[in-house]
Amino acid sequence: MGFRTFSRFGRFRLPRPGTFAHNEQHLAYLLLAPPLVLVFALILFPVLWNLWLAFHKVRLLDLRRVGWWELEATLSNFVRILTHHDFFPALKATLIYTTGGTLLALLMGLTAALIVLDRFRGRGFIRGTLLIPYIAPVVAVAFAWRFILDPRGVLMTGLLGAGILDQPLHLLGQRPWAMVSLIAFEGWRYFPFDFLFILARLQAIPEVLYEAAAVDGATPLQKFFFITLPQLKLVLATLLLLRFMWTFNKFDDVFLVTRGTGGTRVLTIKVYDFLIGELNVGQGAALAMILFAVLGLFLYVFFKWVMPRAEEE
Amino acid sequence: MHREQIETGLLRIFHVLGLLFFFFLVAFPFYWMILASLKPLILLTTDPLNLWPIPGELTMSAYKEIWFQFRFGRYFANSAYVSVLTVLLTVTFATLAAYTTARLRFRGRAFLSRSILVIYMFPAIVIAVPIYAFYTKLGLRNDLHGLLLVYLAQTLPVAIYMLHSYFKTLPPDLEEAGLIDGCSRLGVIWRITVPLSLPAMASVALYTFMIAWNEFLFAFLFLDSPSKFTLSRGIMQIADNIDVSQQLLMAAAVIATVPIIVFFLILERYLVRGLTAGGVKG
Repeated sequence: MGFRTFSRFGRFRLPRPGTFAHNEQHLAYLLLAPPLVLVFALILFPVLWNLWLAFHKVRLLDLRRVGWWELEATLSNFVRILTHHDFFPALKATLIYTTGGTLLALLMGLTAALIVLDRFRGRGFIRGTLLIPYIAPVVAVAFAWRFILDPRGVLMTGLLGAGILDQPLHLLGQRPWAMVSLIAFEGWRYFPFDFLFILARLQAIPEVLYEAAAVDGATPLQKFFFITLPQLKLVLATLLLLRFMWTFNKFDDVFLVTRGTGGTRVLTIKVYDFLIGELNVGQGAALAMILFAVLGLFLYVFFKWVMPRAEEE
Repeated sequence: MHREQIETGLLRIFHVLGLLFFFFLVAFPFYWMILASLKPLILLTTDPLNLWPIPGELTMSAYKEIWFQFRFGRYFANSAYVSVLTVLLTVTFATLAAYTTARLRFRGRAFLSRSILVIYMFPAIVIAVPIYAFYTKLGLRNDLHGLLLVYLAQTLPVAIYMLHSYFKTLPPDLEEAGLIDGCSRLGVIWRITVPLSLPAMASVALYTFMIAWNEFLFAFLFLDSPSKFTLSRGIMQIADNIDVSQQLLMAAAVIATVPIIVFFLILERYLVRGLTAGGVKG
């Protein structure tokens, strides 16, 4: 794709051997080789092989014993996944988790950014502190949350003691609380990401706009709705799409916080169950392919519509 | 004028309350994590609401136990080994590759610059299955170096993207002067580009370290032998062990969290810049 456009407009001609440009060409390939090899071997090749696995009945043990050529192509993995009674509930859980987590993180990020925008004493310290949930290892914070939300933990004891609840809730294993807790965790852990980007955008809004509005007698809320929000539209859309894609494919957080119990068995947890629980590599790969296809759709939207606009700004 | 005053007043209240809310929300789980690691389990379970650190009650015994008996010293070393190697190799390879895509002319340049970001979007769970399968076949699965290779492939695309954007902002005049004065391209990179790009390289280094140090999925799937565990994997191991108390688990969590937070506090400036330049996946 790339070099064809180059040669069509005559901007790029193959350099003659021995010239400076020719040597540059060689050097370029040499310097690019390590990342290209690694990315090919550990990202592109796995994706392609995933495609192959998805269309074959493969168990983990087969991979050690049987040659690849001995297996026949089949659609049975997809058929079994799509007809299983568990598929649509898992898809629904995935969508609720993804939508809820993405929106909550975005809302919290926006609120936090607006709060930290004005100068005040200790602003740098607060900004740094707000980033920590995103920086800390997910395993560590997930276990801290598990203990805090435990029926005998600090939150439930507090709510019982204050008379708000009569008996403890199982926030991590009970419908619908498990999903609520998971979304809350998602918001807590990822709002710093949205916060950073929104804050950067907020700081770039020209002061003149607000001064002009002040001259016209606009109130703070009017300034927010008619100046700030329109200026943020693009960054909010970008974050929404990016975070939606990443949350849709997220495994770690769900696995660590709820283990997929209480109605939080999302599709990525099912991939894990196929792979480790049943050692059914083919089925795991097929489900991963389905996830990937959905992601592809979002990626297309992102690179076709959102990226070009974001780069214009 | 009246409405203006009401709104301004309300916003000031909202501002203060919001600040307190967010600070408490973020700090509490970490405060609790540290407290639970220092307080004997009995005290925590009998009175979960007693959240004040009472000097006589606190003990470091959980740290001693987790570090020596549960071999977290070893896991710490493994995590450090993989993370530091990931950082060194990613920064080196990414600097060379990003310089190439930013400055050198070669066939496929436009295509490469465009596809870097697409690759960065590929989710870990999709590639985990096939890598698991072929690592098992190759015998690379239960091996820290197998993990290292995965981390490199995961961090390189966005590291290249970040450095590429940065190199594009540098004026090429200096490099051209260097070339005219007889420097080779590699000499130019080493003597001119690298010294000018140290802040950008620091952001890349920090964010790469963060990804490798915190990584959970691949470490959890691939590593079997305790002598090879990273901290994330080690914490999962003791969490499955019913004999391990909350206090030990929280001590382990603190051990895993402290290094990355310390690095962050020292180099916050660079990490913030790195995050907004590349947008770390997560």
